[in-house]
Order: sequence, then structure tokens, then C-alpha cells
Amino acid sequence: MFAEFTEALFSIFFIETLINGLLLGGVLALLSLGLNLIFGVIDVVWICYAEIIMLGMYTIYFLHVDGGMPLILAAACGVGVTALLGWLTHRLVIGYLLQAAPINQLLATGGLLFFFQGAAMVAFGIEFRNLGVSLGSLALSEDIYLSWTRLLSFAIAAGVVVVLYQFLSRSYLGAAIRAISQDREIMILMGVNTKKLYLLTSAIGGGLAGLAAALLALQYDVHPFIGLSFGPITFMVCVMGGLGNMVGGFLAAFVFSELITIGGYFAELEWGYVLAFAFFIFAMFIRPEGLFARKS
Amino acid sequence: MNSKLLIAVVAAVLVALPFLGLDSYPLHLVIVILIWSFAYTGWSIMGRFGLVSLGHGAFMAVGGYVTALLWNELGLTPWIGIPIAMLCAGGLAVLIGYPCFKFRIVGHYFALVTLALSEVVRQIIIATRDTTGGSLGYTPERHGDGWSVIALQSDDRMVFYFVALAVWMAGIVIWRLVDRSMARYALEAISEDEDASAAVGVRVTREKLKVTVLSAVMTAFAGAMYCQYQMFISPDTIGGVGISLQIVFAVVVGGIYNSLGPTIGAVITLLLAEVLRIWIGTEAYCLTEKICLNVAGVPLLVYGIMLILFIIFLPKGIVGAVADRWQARNNGSVPAK
Repeated sequence: MFAEFTEALFSIFFIETLINGLLLGGVLALLSLGLNLIFGVIDVVWICYAEIIMLGMYTIYFLHVDGGMPLILAAACGVGVTALLGWLTHRLVIGYLLQAAPINQLLATGGLLFFFQGAAMVAFGIEFRNLGVSLGSLALSEDIYLSWTRLLSFAIAAGVVVVLYQFLSRSYLGAAIRAISQDREIMILMGVNTKKLYLLTSAIGGGLAGLAAALLALQYDVHPFIGLSFGPITFMVCVMGGLGNMVGGFLAAFVFSELITIGGYFAELEWGYVLAFAFFIFAMFIRPEGLFARKS
Repeated sequence: MNSKLLIAVVAAVLVALPFLGLDSYPLHLVIVILIWSFAYTGWSIMGRFGLVSLGHGAFMAVGGYVTALLWNELGLTPWIGIPIAMLCAGGLAVLIGYPCFKFRIVGHYFALVTLALSEVVRQIIIATRDTTGGSLGYTPERHGDGWSVIALQSDDRMVFYFVALAVWMAGIVIWRLVDRSMARYALEAISEDEDASAAVGVRVTREKLKVTVLSAVMTAFAGAMYCQYQMFISPDTIGGVGISLQIVFAVVVGGIYNSLGPTIGAVITLLLAEVLRIWIGTEAYCLTEKICLNVAGVPLLVYGIMLILFIIFLPKGIVGAVADRWQARNNGSVPAK
């Protein structure tokens, strides 16, 4: 038993698993970036975030497959559509609930989750749709293959974290966004239009969902309920990184993805998820402010 | 009208209901509504104190799966299996609840921890698919034909109606007992301010844990009932994030601060889904040759819009709003929010 275990641990496939875990982490990081921004600035949990990504995937699918648009352009339109959806989510729902109990805000976005799923089902049916584009994979050696899509997600996620970090720390708007997440009441007295900033943040968060959608559409079939399969893990990543902490969320994504892939390597993939969620619960008990939160 | 008289009339109508020549289908609907109402009531027992759990799908799944697995694998009658399932759910509630309350995990952090619990249980059911059937679902074995007392099975809807009615009433009674207990004052104080209530001698962790276990056990019982009635369970019909959200939303629609709120919520949300399904049908509706609408998604869409409107305009739910109006008319004043 133990010999088997050690043998499995040092096999070439295990190394491949670790690398794939790292790359899955890139996807998870990208998924959680926008949600994390919204969390940090508006202090609202968008349970429907994964559904916005789903609608972004549909946009890209239809523009590329039915509309014959080049993939890059279709992805850009997808980002536009999800940014608009993010803006609308705040304008039509959250904006009315800023003073309500946090749990009511969470539940309202849960209503949006059902609405988006229902709307997608009505408009697009329940078939699984595949973009039919594959970027192929990179052969590192005879046994190790890495998917280009995942490498790309990893690179884009890392790039977006850097860009977002620069935007938040250098630009005037970024400074305003950071300030508002620190003290909501004072900012109004300082003459800042919080409403505008919230809408802008929601649109940026939505746009990041579109970016994630573009990379997911390359790897997975899209259907109205796909959000449920990666929605929960996205929240967990944000919470574990420390809400609104971009860098923490980025790191947490890798902890999760390694747990999932390693669990999946030794048993079935579901056990990987069980391991990841159980770890999340456990981590919350020890460090409810997030694994990578700075000590205040 | 006298409220005692009203209760008597409603009780009489409910008892007489199956003898009014109701068809099998409406009776089925009523039974399903009663079972879910019991689960929703169980959730609201803790939900009303700000303990918003998104993990009740887990407790419900434990109730259904433990009962059915014990019956199929070990031949253990549900008479013993259901209490064991309830014990398991209670244990799980302690396992999650105790550290949560000890480490002061509240608000949406509590919601997210319990959400993870739903996912853990769902993934375990799927991962052990060799025994549990995974996402394809699980069916308790039939014991003989028709009625079986030992297996708690029956193909006579009438029998199940009365069982479900009794269970539902028990749920309402439990809700009221909690409402009148000292625990209610303690929990209300806790939901206002944990530190202050601890300072005046409320045992915060213990009070929260008691109500959480009660709520989990009730929900597990509802899961077992659902399994015995439908004779089919799957991770998506009684567990997972979807069911957990469904439970919370029905209670929000009905009203969380009133014993009948969860029941009204069950009636509205479940009937709405059925009525829309029958009324709209499931045929595709084509605008042009190429663009077809899949109307099967309409109930979900309407449901979503309804929830958003409820949370924005009627956060106390239907029963809460009606009760406020009633009070305002009697006192001649507007109720404080």
C-alpha cells in the first residue's frame, strides 16, 4: 500500500498532475478576479457571477459559430456583453438593496441566477454547444502534454492581476475605488459620486467575467446550467483569498486547483472537489478573514 | 373572526380534503407541498434568527440517502433507518455548527461555509456512484405490493396524505414551541448583538447549536419522507446548492417571521412552477424557422424575477406584509419597519 503510494507520488504522471493543477489554478484565478473586485468594492456577493460567465460563453459561441466572426472579435464582444450585464445587475437590482441586510443582497443575486438560467434555457435550449476550436497542446516530453488553452488562461490571469493591481494603485479612479472599499460613508462626504463608482466597478467585474468566458468556451461545452459546476468553487476562492484581496485570491486559486487535481489523481475527480471544499470549511474555521489576509 | 374557530375550520378542510373527490394529481401536489413545507419550516426555525444556512440541501440529502441505503443494503426498516438518518444529520450539524459558532462565523461567511457543506455532500454522493447511483439517482427497493408498514411504503396516496399532514402540523407546532420558548429571546438577542447578549449571560454557542441541530434534524426527516413518498432520490432533487437555494427562497417569499410563512411560500413557489409548466407546456415555440424558444425554461425565469421583486419590495414575505397591514388597521398606525 505504502510502496504503491510512494511510487504514485514520484511517477511522471504525478508531475503532470501538479503542472495541470497549476494551470487549472490560472483558470480559477481568472474566474474569481471580477467577483473579487465586486466583493471588495461593493461588499456584495454576486451568487449569479458564474451565470454571467455562462451568458458570455453563449455570446462568443453564437458570434463565432453562427455569425462567423473571428474568435478574437467574438471574445471582445463577449466581454462587452458581460460588462453590460454587470452594469445592469447593479443598476437594476443591487442599487436598490445597498441599505438592505447583506443576506438579502446575496439572495437577490440568487434570484438573478435563476433568471439567467431560465432566460438561457428559453433562448438557447438545453443542448450542449461546443465552440469546435481547439488550440491543441504543448508536448513537454513524450509523456507530458500541456493544453495551450490552459497555458493561455494562466498567462492572461497573471496579466490581468498585474494590470488590475496597477490600475487600482496608480490611477485616479483606482484610488477612488480603493478608498471607497475602505470607508463608504466618508467618501460621500468627500464629494465622490459613489453611485458612478459602483456602476463602473460592476461593469469592470462583468467584463472580467467575459474574459473568463472566452477561455472557458475553448475548454468546455456551454449549456444553461454550466454555472452551477464552477460557481461554488469561484466563491470559495474569493473568500479564501480574503474578500477583495486580489493577490490573495490569485494564490488561493492555486491552493484549490492543486487540491482538486491531486485528489483527482489518487481517486476520482469528485473526491478532489470534496477535499477542496472540506479544506475550505476547515480553513474558514482557522482563518475566517482568508488564508492570505494581511494582519490588521 | 375568532382565530380558534379559523384554525378549526382550516383543520377540518385539510382532513376532509382527500374525500372531496380530489384527483390523484392534485392530491399528489398537496402531498409534495406538505412535505416541502415541513422542510421549509425546519429551515426557518434557524433562518429567522439571521442564521442563513445554504447547507440544508446537505441535511435533506443525508435524510433521504441514509434511510434508503440502510433499507436497500442492510434491510433495515425505515422505522429505525429514519431516526438513524436524523442522528447523522444532527451530528453533521454539530460538526459544522460548533466550530462556526465558536469561531464566530456569521452573516454571509456562515452562508458560504454551509454552501460548501452542500457541495461536499453532493460530491460525495456522486463520487460513491457504485453504491448510491451518483447523479442518476437512487430508488429504495419495493417491499411487496401496495402497502407495507415495515418498509413505510404505500401506493395509496390517501395514506400518505394523512402522514404528510400530520408531519406538517407537527412542524408548525415545533415552530410555535420555539417561538414561545426562552431560546427565542436568547437567539433574538444574539442576532442583534452577540457580545452584548453574552455579557448578560446568554450562552451564545450553545443556543445557536441547539436551534441548528433541531433545524437540521427536521430537514433530514423531510428528506426521508420525500424519499419514501417519491421512491426516487438524486443529488439534484434533494441536495446540492440548487435545493439549498430553493429552500431559502420559498421561505423568503412566504415570510420568515411567521409560522405559516414557509408553508405559504411552498404553496406559491411549487404551485407557480406547476401552473406555468402546464399552462405553457414544454413544446418548443418557434418564432421563425431558425429561432425557436424553449419554453420549458419560462418557470425558472419567472421564478427568478419574482424572487428579486420580493426581496426588493416585500422583504418580510407575503405573510409578513399581510400581518403588517392587519396590525396597522387594528392599531390605526403604520408599523415600524
